[in-house]
Amino acid sequence: MTVVRLPRTATADEHTDVAAELRTVGMVWERELIRFVRTRTRILSSFVQPVLFLFVLGYGMSTLVGTTAGFTFKKFVFPGIVAMSVVMTAIFSAVSIVWDREFGFLREMVVAPVSRMSLVVGKTLGGASIATGQGTIMLVLAPLIGVHLTVALVFEVIGLELLMAVGMTTFGVFVASRIQRIEGFQVVMQLLLFPMLFLSGALFPLKGLPAWLAVITRVNPLTYAIDPLRRVVFAAQHMPPAAAARFSTGVSLFGYSLPVSAEVGFVCAFAAVFLALAVAGFGRPE
Amino acid sequence: MTATSPTAAPLGAPPPVPGGGGPAVEAARLTKRYGDIEAVRDVSFDVGRGEIFALLGPNGAGKSTTVKMLCTLARPTGGRAAVDGFDVARQPKAVRRRIGLVFQEQTLDDQLTAEENLRFHAVLYRVPKAEVDARIARVLDLVALTDRRQALVSTFSGGMARRLEIARSMLHTPAVLFLDEPTVGLDPQTRALMWEDVTRLRREEGVTILLTTHYMDEAEYADRIAIIDHGAIVALDTPEALKGQVAADTVELTTGDDSLATSRLAAAGFRVRLGQDGVVVFTPDGEAHVARLIDIAGVSVRNVHVHRPTLDDVFLHFTGRQIREEHADRALSMRMRARARRR
Repeated sequence: MTVVRLPRTATADEHTDVAAELRTVGMVWERELIRFVRTRTRILSSFVQPVLFLFVLGYGMSTLVGTTAGFTFKKFVFPGIVAMSVVMTAIFSAVSIVWDREFGFLREMVVAPVSRMSLVVGKTLGGASIATGQGTIMLVLAPLIGVHLTVALVFEVIGLELLMAVGMTTFGVFVASRIQRIEGFQVVMQLLLFPMLFLSGALFPLKGLPAWLAVITRVNPLTYAIDPLRRVVFAAQHMPPAAAARFSTGVSLFGYSLPVSAEVGFVCAFAAVFLALAVAGFGRPE
Repeated sequence: MTATSPTAAPLGAPPPVPGGGGPAVEAARLTKRYGDIEAVRDVSFDVGRGEIFALLGPNGAGKSTTVKMLCTLARPTGGRAAVDGFDVARQPKAVRRRIGLVFQEQTLDDQLTAEENLRFHAVLYRVPKAEVDARIARVLDLVALTDRRQALVSTFSGGMARRLEIARSMLHTPAVLFLDEPTVGLDPQTRALMWEDVTRLRREEGVTILLTTHYMDEAEYADRIAIIDHGAIVALDTPEALKGQVAADTVELTTGDDSLATSRLAAAGFRVRLGQDGVVVFTPDGEAHVARLIDIAGVSVRNVHVHRPTLDDVFLHFTGRQIREEHADRALSMRMRARARRR
C-alpha cells in the first residue's frame, strides 16, 4: 500500500463555491435514491397503498355513483390516486430527516462546510424524484381503468407530479426539521397528511360542496396541486358534456374559476415559502 | 516544577498566519453562557501542531461545549478561538474545512456502504475528484477496514463503525482532529485498537488531535492534559508533570535492617516511614533517587519498588473528587477499575 499524503488545500475561501455546492446537491440527491432502492419494503408499500385505494374506491364507489355518459368514477378518481401516491412518497422521503437525526447522520451533514440550502435542495430533489417516479409508475394502471394516455399527456403529468412533489417535500422537510422524535412522525401523518389528502379534491369533485367543506378545500394547498393534474388528464379523454358536468374539474375562488397557470403559481409559491422555512430550520448552530 | 497556569494567548497579539506555523488551536478566555449558566468560563490554551491534547473532566464539566465552540457548532459568548489560524466566529466555513470531527454518537448512514459514506463526505468537504479514490484507500488502510469497503455499515460492530468514523474524519486531510469522548461504549479491546489508530494518524499524517475524555487511562495517551471542572481549566500540563505536582513518588525498600535504614534516611532529610514490609520513602522523582537512597541506607537491599502517582491522584488533587464517581456508565467504569487494579 502506497502512502498518499495530500498537500493541504489552503486558500481561505469563505465565499460559496457554486460548483462544489451543486456537487453537494447531487450527492444528497444520490443518497436519497440509493436508500430508496435499498429499502424494498418502502418501494412495495408506497405502491400497494395507492393501488388498494384505486381498486377499493374506484370499483367500490363506481357501482354507487354509476356511469355518466360512459364515464365512470374510476376514471375520475384515477388522477387523484396518482397524486396521492406522489404526495405520500414525497412526505415519507422528507420525514426521513427525522431518522437521519435519530441515527446521527444529520449531524454529518450540518457540520460540513456547505450551505444548508444545498442540503435542503438535495434532500428535496431526492424526495421529489422518488415521488415523481412512484406516481409515474402508477400510470401503467391507466389502460386497466380505461384512461387514455398520450405521449404529451405523460410528459404533462410528470411535470405536474414533479411540481407537486417538490412542494410536498419542502413542506415535509420543514415539518420534519421541527419534529424532535420519531413518535412525532405518527402524529404528523394523522393530523396533517391524511386530512390534507382527503380534503383536497383528490377523491371527489369540488363543486357543490357544503360551505364549510368548500372553505377547507380552498385553504388546503394540495387542492391546487391536484386539480391541474386532473384537468390535463381529462383534457385527453373523450368526455361528453354530461360527464364533464358530473365529474367537474377546476377550483373556483370567490366566484372566479382559476386557470391552471394560477394553480401552478400557487403551488410554486407554496414550495418557495416552505423551502425558505426548511432552510432556516435546518440544523442551526447554538 | 512550575505552577499550573494555562498558557493563554496574549489577547492583543496579532492573529497568526492562516495555515502557517502558529499553534493548531488557540483558545483565549473562551466563554459560553446559556442564560444564567456559565458552561465554559475563561478557558485559555494553545495546542501545538502535531500534538495530542486531552480535555479531561467529568460529564458536564464543559469539555463538549468547549469542543463545540472550537468546531463552530456553538458560538462563544466571550473570548476568542482560532483553529489552524482561522477565527471560529468569523470564518466558520474555513475552520470546518480544516477539521475532522468524531462525536460521541455515531453519525454514519448505516444503509450505505463504508465506501459510500466516505464518498458522501468527500463531496461535502470538497476533496478534489482526482484524489478521492487514493484518499479513500488510504484512510481505510489507516484503520484496517480495507476489506470492508463494500460492506453496508449496518453490518459493522460498534468498534468498526467508530474506526470508520475516524477514517472518514481524516478523508479531507484536516489540520486538527476533534474526538469527543471517542471510546464511550466501546469494549477495552476495541478501545485499545482505536488508540493504535489514533496514534498512527498522528505519526503518519501529522494531524493535531484534540480529544475529550473522562477516562484517566486514555488521557495518558495525550502529550498534554487540561483538567476541566465546572467550566474552567484547573490544571494544564504533561501527564508526567501533573503527576509530579500532586505528590511525591513512593519508594518501597525491603532491606536487611529496615529500622537502621529508616533512621539513616530520616537523618539525611528524607520523608520516610517504617512499614511492616519495609521502608517507605516519599520523594519527588523516585526512580532517579533509588541509587542514592540505597547508598544512604547503607544496608543490604533485597527489593525496591517505585510507585508513581496516577492521574486519578492528580484529578483528586485538583478537584477534590474522584472522576469515576461522576459519570453514569457504571458498567464501563467498573470494568475499567478492574483493569486498573490488574496492572
